Amino acid sequence: MSNEWLDIGGLDDIPRRGARVVKTVRGDIAIFRTADDKVFALDDRCPHKGGPLSQGIVQGNAVTCPMHNWVISLETGEAQAPDQGCARTIAVKLQGDRILLSWPGLAVQAA
Amino acid sequence: MAERLLIVGNGMAPGRMLERLLEIAPGRYDITIFNAEPRVNYDRIMLSPVLSGEKTYEQIVIHGDGWYIRNGITLHKGTRVTGIDRVGKTITTDNGLVEKYDKLVIATGSVPFIIPVPGNNLPGVLTYRDLDDVDAMILAAKSRDRAVVIGGGLLGLEAAAGLAEQGMSVTVVHLMPTLMERQLDANAGYLLKKAIESRGIKVLTGANTKAITGNGKVQAVELEDGTVVPADLVVMAVGIRPNAALGKKAGLAVNRGIIVDDQLRTSDPDIFAVGECVEHRGMTYGLVAPLYEMAGVLAKTLAGEQAAYHGSVMATKLKVTGIDLFSAGDFAEAKDREEIVLRDAGRGIYKRLVLKDSRIIGTVLYGDTADGAWFFQLLRERKDISEMRDTLIFGQGYAGGAPLDPTAAVAALSDDAEICGCNGVCKGRIVAAIQENGLSSLEEVRAVTKASASCGSCTGLVEKLISFTLGDAYAPSTSKAACGCTDLSHDEIRRLIVAKELKSIPAVMQELEWRTSCGCSKCRPALNFYLLASWPGEYTDDNQSRFINERAHANIQKDGTYSVVPRMWGGMTSVRELRAIADVAEKYNIPTIKITGGQRIDLLGVKKEDLPGVWADLNAAGMVSGHAYGKALRTVKTCVGTEWCRFGTQDSTGLGIKLEKFTWGCWTPHKVKLGVSGCPRNCAEATVKDIGIVCVDSGYEFHIGGAAGLEVKQTVLLCKLETEEEVLEYAGALMQLYREQAHYLDRIHKWLNRVGLETVKQQIVEDHERRRALFARFVFAQKFAQVDPWAERVNGAFAHEFKPLADLCIAQAAE
Repeated sequence: MSNEWLDIGGLDDIPRRGARVVKTVRGDIAIFRTADDKVFALDDRCPHKGGPLSQGIVQGNAVTCPMHNWVISLETGEAQAPDQGCARTIAVKLQGDRILLSWPGLAVQAA
Repeated sequence: MAERLLIVGNGMAPGRMLERLLEIAPGRYDITIFNAEPRVNYDRIMLSPVLSGEKTYEQIVIHGDGWYIRNGITLHKGTRVTGIDRVGKTITTDNGLVEKYDKLVIATGSVPFIIPVPGNNLPGVLTYRDLDDVDAMILAAKSRDRAVVIGGGLLGLEAAAGLAEQGMSVTVVHLMPTLMERQLDANAGYLLKKAIESRGIKVLTGANTKAITGNGKVQAVELEDGTVVPADLVVMAVGIRPNAALGKKAGLAVNRGIIVDDQLRTSDPDIFAVGECVEHRGMTYGLVAPLYEMAGVLAKTLAGEQAAYHGSVMATKLKVTGIDLFSAGDFAEAKDREEIVLRDAGRGIYKRLVLKDSRIIGTVLYGDTADGAWFFQLLRERKDISEMRDTLIFGQGYAGGAPLDPTAAVAALSDDAEICGCNGVCKGRIVAAIQENGLSSLEEVRAVTKASASCGSCTGLVEKLISFTLGDAYAPSTSKAACGCTDLSHDEIRRLIVAKELKSIPAVMQELEWRTSCGCSKCRPALNFYLLASWPGEYTDDNQSRFINERAHANIQKDGTYSVVPRMWGGMTSVRELRAIADVAEKYNIPTIKITGGQRIDLLGVKKEDLPGVWADLNAAGMVSGHAYGKALRTVKTCVGTEWCRFGTQDSTGLGIKLEKFTWGCWTPHKVKLGVSGCPRNCAEATVKDIGIVCVDSGYEFHIGGAAGLEVKQTVLLCKLETEEEVLEYAGALMQLYREQAHYLDRIHKWLNRVGLETVKQQIVEDHERRRALFARFVFAQKFAQVDPWAERVNGAFAHEFKPLADLCIAQAAE
């Protein structure tokens, strides 16, 4: 697998203001699609108690964790104050309607 | 000798390119154009005004025959180029011409996308791309009545408006939930839909075309959900794709379009491409502004000057008379961005500017687009706007503005808009009472008009009305805002949804002047419920505004697995159900099986991917969702009553089952638990339930407002009833009153505490007509609510919810 970017699906596979999961050997990654068709990727673990962020409500560029309502920025992975913590972000981009995930980004995640 | 420049295609992009080229390098080339259309260059973006009859073809011609002659250009009309010989540097046409070139420009434009459904080639199915299409549509409008336009984008809406102008009755069928979703956010999309509908055009969103049907000619469009829309004419305007066929045949690098570099050069150094047929840095373009930018760069390149195309920021304007709409740039939200939003619900105006580092990077304007060009200019120039930030949204001509008026929402209501639902008092009566009687306080208005004198949920609105009528002379008490996105309270939002007939989340956010563009995790679930409760059968549930448990129809657990609780009517089960539960637990390795407090069985530790399979097996044994995860009817706990118990006074089990079969499936402000005890010993613990029935010799005690959770509340007695039928009627009416009046996330006891037992008693027990009306509304809403969500998902609905997007484990293992 030498490609830098990995095609993981189409934009329309994820509902607006929603998320889907990509399974990896080191755990799930949550791929988010915002109301205005931006995509973001985070480790699917809330920095608080490991809740699956992919299952939260997407609001603007943030997601509310379904476990204890921490609000996590999709851009930086950081929790909204006063909570403190950070979920790892993975590089992801759109090419046309395809969602491309950074393969090296995954490797970093695995390290 | 001049070099030979051949151009394939005679649309707007090569037209503009030639104008520029002739300016900067006159005489450098000997130019020949091949046009497959039998015409000169005309303004394709003005096709809509031609369709609507506002302009004629002659008025939209850009270059008449004279222009070609004056500039010594040879134009072959109606001549299609069929092949390119890149070695011999010649082209071949369909009428046998072979011409040599030194430089070749491909400008073959785009072709309309035809959706692959049965019947898409029936006579009467048209696309909307060139003048021939427009002529065909105008002709069709003369003899046919009903048109369906498939596609609610720019082209589709213009076509729809034009056809309506030509006298046809038009339906727009659009796949996405909002119109023009590529250019507009949901708020502007909502306003646009309203405006389109006000022209008598029907708009169906979220509508997937399944087939076009007809015998010999088109007769109807059939949708995925079974709807059949009769049609004598179908216009397909779902989009375009680059026409790269010629480039591909010639062996040029082609992806979606013909691939070009920043100089518009293809993979062959002597062949260029421009316009809609190209793909530049992965992007393709279909709007005129970027095509003109490309044309300018290509002209310079051909003239031997340095120039580079870097991609375009796009602006869109809808060309439908009377609808003002403008969008440009990137209006997505992001952390490092800020937005300025101005909403004027009364005038139907929505303006949004997206800022990054004190510069405008995107804008959406609806209703007032006068400043679109100015904002777009600031955007393109990347001008720092910090100096004028405070007044920026008001536009270029702004010279001072009034602060936002908190009474704007009530000011915009019509006089016959109902303010107080309990007592049937409309806005006009309240305003008249204030003026005629010189009233100046809430108490006085209450005494005279009875508005807000019952449940009190409209108090905030009545206060705003007093304030609106008396001006600064009155200062209303501040109501508690529902969340940070609005100043309105839950009560005010609920009343306004009904009074203004708001039927979608974007509608609420626009008309009630929300401060954020897509709400938050507090207001969205509340709005979704209020809309669902207010407009049964009409409102489409917004799944993405629901908490995960209600979206997945199972309870999320701490490890991300789910729990599954099938309904057990009145706490009764059977051998068949128990066997099915045991089988499913074994089949899916479900680790924990527990008896719940609500007399049901909980299967814990189910993987999300397994949910549909588990449900399918439970469904097969006749079981449905127990809604153990929802703000909805949960359980009806019973004792064995007269069936077995020596103390039983009534058939509590049977009544419990009837109550559960009647109320299951309905969504409520918070969870609702019922209990029916067969005698005052109360083994079903009915007096700590939201609604508790205690059977006695003479009939049934109807209790409400109990809870046994964070707070332990004993029920209060609402009334005594004699028959099971009465119990069902009162229960339905009470559920409906609670659904219509309570704040989202209020249990019944909290709601009761706020409005008072007397109010509820008055509406349910004393006012028989009102009770029956509430009951009837509940029965009506249940028609749409009693659908097993598990069975829907077993049958494939929301399949994306239960499957991972991708599984990279295998690929990673191969690393």
